[in-house]
Amino acid sequence: MFVVDEYDVIVIGAGHAGVEAGLAAARIGCRTLLATLSMDNIALMPCNPSVGGPAKGHLVREVDALGGEMGVNADKTCIQFRMLNTGKGPAVQALRAQADKKLYQFTMKETCENTPNLDVKQLLIDELLVESGAVKGVVVETGEVYLAKAVILASGTYLRGRIIIGEHTYTGGPNGQRAAMKLTESLKRAGLRLMRFKTGTPARVDARTLDYDEMQEQPGDDEPESFSFMTDEPVRSHASCWLTYTNKETHKIILDNIDRAPMANGIIKGVGPRYCPSIESKLLRFPDKDRHQLFIEPEGVHTNEMYVQGMSTSLPIDVQLAFLHTIPGLRHCHVMRAGYAIEYDCLDPLQLKSTLESKDMKGFFSAGQSNGTSGYEEAAAQGLIAGINAAMLVKGEEPLVLSRSDGYIGVLIDDLVTKGTHEPYRMMTSRAEYRLLLRQDNADLRLTPYGRRVGLVTDARWERLLKKRAELKAAKDALDAIRLTPSGETNERLSSLGIAPLHSVLILGDLLKRDGVTYELLREGFDLPEISHEVASEIELLYRYDGYIKKQQEQVDRMQRLEGRLLPEAIDYSSITGLRDEAKEKLAEVRPRSVGQAGRISGVSPADVSVLLVWLESRGRK
Amino acid sequence: MMRRMWYKTDIHEKERGSDMQDDVIAAVATPPGRGGVSIVRVSGVGAIEKAGKVFRSASGSPLTEAKSFTAHFGHVMSADEKVIDECIALVMRAPHTYTTEDVVELQLHGSPIAVRETLSALGLVGVRMADRGEFTKRAFLGGRIDLSEAQAVMDIVSARSTKALGIAEGRLSGRFSDRIRALQGEVKAVIAHLEALIDFPEEGVEDIELRDITDGIHRAVAETDRILASADTGRIYRDGLRTAIIGKPNVGKSSLLNYILGEERAIVTDIPGTTRDSIEESAELGGVPLAIADTAGIRETGDEVERIGVERSKRAAEGAELVLALFDGSRKLDAEDDEIMRLLSGRGKGAAALLTKSDLPQVVKETELAQRIAEVAGDVPHIITITTKNGTVENAPGNKSPQMEPIDGTDDTQQSDEQSAVGMAALIDVVKELVGERTPDDEILRDEREAEILRRAKGHLEAAEKTISEGLPEDFISIDMRSAWEALGEITGETTAENIIDEIFSRFCIGK
Repeated sequence: MFVVDEYDVIVIGAGHAGVEAGLAAARIGCRTLLATLSMDNIALMPCNPSVGGPAKGHLVREVDALGGEMGVNADKTCIQFRMLNTGKGPAVQALRAQADKKLYQFTMKETCENTPNLDVKQLLIDELLVESGAVKGVVVETGEVYLAKAVILASGTYLRGRIIIGEHTYTGGPNGQRAAMKLTESLKRAGLRLMRFKTGTPARVDARTLDYDEMQEQPGDDEPESFSFMTDEPVRSHASCWLTYTNKETHKIILDNIDRAPMANGIIKGVGPRYCPSIESKLLRFPDKDRHQLFIEPEGVHTNEMYVQGMSTSLPIDVQLAFLHTIPGLRHCHVMRAGYAIEYDCLDPLQLKSTLESKDMKGFFSAGQSNGTSGYEEAAAQGLIAGINAAMLVKGEEPLVLSRSDGYIGVLIDDLVTKGTHEPYRMMTSRAEYRLLLRQDNADLRLTPYGRRVGLVTDARWERLLKKRAELKAAKDALDAIRLTPSGETNERLSSLGIAPLHSVLILGDLLKRDGVTYELLREGFDLPEISHEVASEIELLYRYDGYIKKQQEQVDRMQRLEGRLLPEAIDYSSITGLRDEAKEKLAEVRPRSVGQAGRISGVSPADVSVLLVWLESRGRK
Repeated sequence: MMRRMWYKTDIHEKERGSDMQDDVIAAVATPPGRGGVSIVRVSGVGAIEKAGKVFRSASGSPLTEAKSFTAHFGHVMSADEKVIDECIALVMRAPHTYTTEDVVELQLHGSPIAVRETLSALGLVGVRMADRGEFTKRAFLGGRIDLSEAQAVMDIVSARSTKALGIAEGRLSGRFSDRIRALQGEVKAVIAHLEALIDFPEEGVEDIELRDITDGIHRAVAETDRILASADTGRIYRDGLRTAIIGKPNVGKSSLLNYILGEERAIVTDIPGTTRDSIEESAELGGVPLAIADTAGIRETGDEVERIGVERSKRAAEGAELVLALFDGSRKLDAEDDEIMRLLSGRGKGAAALLTKSDLPQVVKETELAQRIAEVAGDVPHIITITTKNGTVENAPGNKSPQMEPIDGTDDTQQSDEQSAVGMAALIDVVKELVGERTPDDEILRDEREAEILRRAKGHLEAAEKTISEGLPEDFISIDMRSAWEALGEITGETTAENIIDEIFSRFCIGK
């Protein structure tokens, strides 16, 4: 056994999960190896050229607030920014950006290569080294060994990857890369349970061959916001996307050839995501819809490749060309890359703890698509947490577990390790029960203190948070301290600001609940501290939706009590009388860390939770 | 205005799931039925504050200021400020209580109706019905009861879980769970649409019309009302339709009661105020059981006779579902009659005005009475002329119960009998119209806990309507709708976000 080197942490894979994991572990101070199949494909975006959107944009802000890289990198390299859902409520507003794919990758590569403690190497890992229930390192395809105290699997779609285009299939990763064919066997030998999932991507067409006047232009925001709380320079938002629709002719071609679709003829066996269906699945599932919306998105500034969002397919090439040519704007398009489907192995995430460490193999972590998720942002969030917790393990410090009320990252990981997933898991705001508290504007207030605790938040970021906190407090104190009585003098002052007169006693802050009243407006008439634009909108939101926010906070406080009742790691659930058999089985499988988590397992009823509480209490008294 | 505010606030305070440790729970602590006193026990953090919202002490000082282990006399009040019952509230502060939490015991007069309404009022201020064994469980968790009792607690709790799971898995199917599932399905469809708009803003999901949501909410509220009303149907057939016979002394209340009872119950003379004590009588009219509060009760004598008659009428009318107001057709209507009329206000089908003593020379006509009631009470109930033979019983129809032998005008009985019979037929119609065409089989909701959940769900739906009318965006509408959906999930077992996500993907074609 030729041992090349010994690391604290080894990360297998350098996609969006892998780079966050590697950067986090290294920045916290662990000697870290980031192993990639190809040095040219670090942080590759094999699917859509965009970052963010509802829930996903929230994740990016949270990764940033904890000291991760995705937001910073996206701000540096994206070419269009749009704030979505601006009229649907403050908590569901979300930033989405179009990336320059190559710029995104190379900028991330540069960051990784220049981070102290981080070694980036092109290695194909064949095997895990496991000794008495703990991971010890990895074996490379060429036989050499790297030892480590912790190993993070971030293998994306590369585990036994298989590409499918029509009847043509081959083993490999996206974009002509190699697949990791042997690691699966090693994981199974180590006792891990695997699943097989499927995802797909549409064709890329040549920008010079599109009829733009047949499509609707969608430009970016004029005054774009950025992802990172640390970005001061304005981001770029010059690129446009183009909106078009399929039609009956398109649908006829697809349906006439449906028997040649790999998902219909049995070539594809993996489970695909419902929210990212191929165009052929859309037509089969929604036969009444006579058109489907498509966005044509640039893949970057230095390429003519355009991504046809909404047209993911694995139909044969002749069919792909034929149906693309029925779509307004694409009638004369040249296809540069065809759409394809990919099948891959991933872990059943129920085998992981909330720290993303394996329950049974000490020091082994997994993050991203290898945990059955989908999406760059979901991957980055898990990579960051796995990286942090691998580092905490190495350093012998308390792991970081975010709760469902801390952020979308908490919801994401809790869902995975508590409920598992039967399809590639995508983050959605509907999954978050305390959505009103988990806004993208307060991700720093919620999470930066955690990032600081684990050693990932720089002094500059920390000071920025302290300043924001201080401004918030000053403004709030002032707004609460000024009491207004409905006197003639007060109402005169208000009317000079264009605010309707008072009829009862109020605190100044209550006026922010009225339509059109802003902090800046109140500052014209009252002695209020000067605060940043960002803090002012935070303040306005807090007063305006005060009632709803307080209610959710109360719900959170109640939930936290059950979260705080920790369950020991080794419990023989079969011996607890009063639990139903199904609950015993599920609890034994999931091994929840708290009574609160236990209650979220499907098959565990509120009554079972009561039984657990009674059991915990009687155990404590013995 | 204030009322609306606390209502809305508390609706949002309600917890998902039912086994949280510090929400406020309530249950009847005395055996069911009509004992001398019924005790409703309320426990949890904030129990005193919440009980204080339905209890109004006679002294005027709020319950929240009460010292531990003190008793307070007052009334339990409904949400619309009506007196439900007299009550002694016993305040016990944590930790020296059975559950180790703050506890309030509301001691009521013992009528099942008062108990039910008290629980209902508590539900509206955010107190939920306790699960089986829950007080004991809390006592145990609070360290009050012995370890050896823990096993018994677990047994009770798990017995409940088997039933709940049965419903959740659809094993206990039936009209009730089917209808609740359908109701929850409607709510879920609205949520799925809102959520699809929020989570997939650029994927061609058509904007939801606010009118479609409000229509959906209206339908859901109406269905909730129907299911809740079915509980009333069941209760009416079990306990009787709460009926009050009111009017000035000697207007013929006891005679009418006798007639309905079909027997001589009350002592009737023409001297005002000679009716003996009688609290509640059971009778049947048109196949509908009645629980009649006879306002006669204690002697109505002395100078204040008329006054007392009115006061008694007021008390009897509180909480009654059907009020029969009697007016003496042989005497001019006076100020006391006006007060009786006011008690008919706003009762809709649950009120009838009866013009009595048609055998004596009539100085009041039906049209005149109707006009006066319209002036005084604002609306006109059914008006029925009925004879009661100047208060004597000599020609009362004895054991003939009207519903057994409907008598029509062609019958050769005496004129006065005839007229009462005609009057009775009209009265039967009033009862039937009020109870509707429902039969005892229509009772689909039997469990007070389920009724509380439905009332809570309805509150959330109404909050959603308010949210829409205030112009708040989709996210907030969704929050209210989700609360309604989660409440219903306590019955159906469908409570996870995954259910909503399934709905989104089954309804909308979304994806890149």
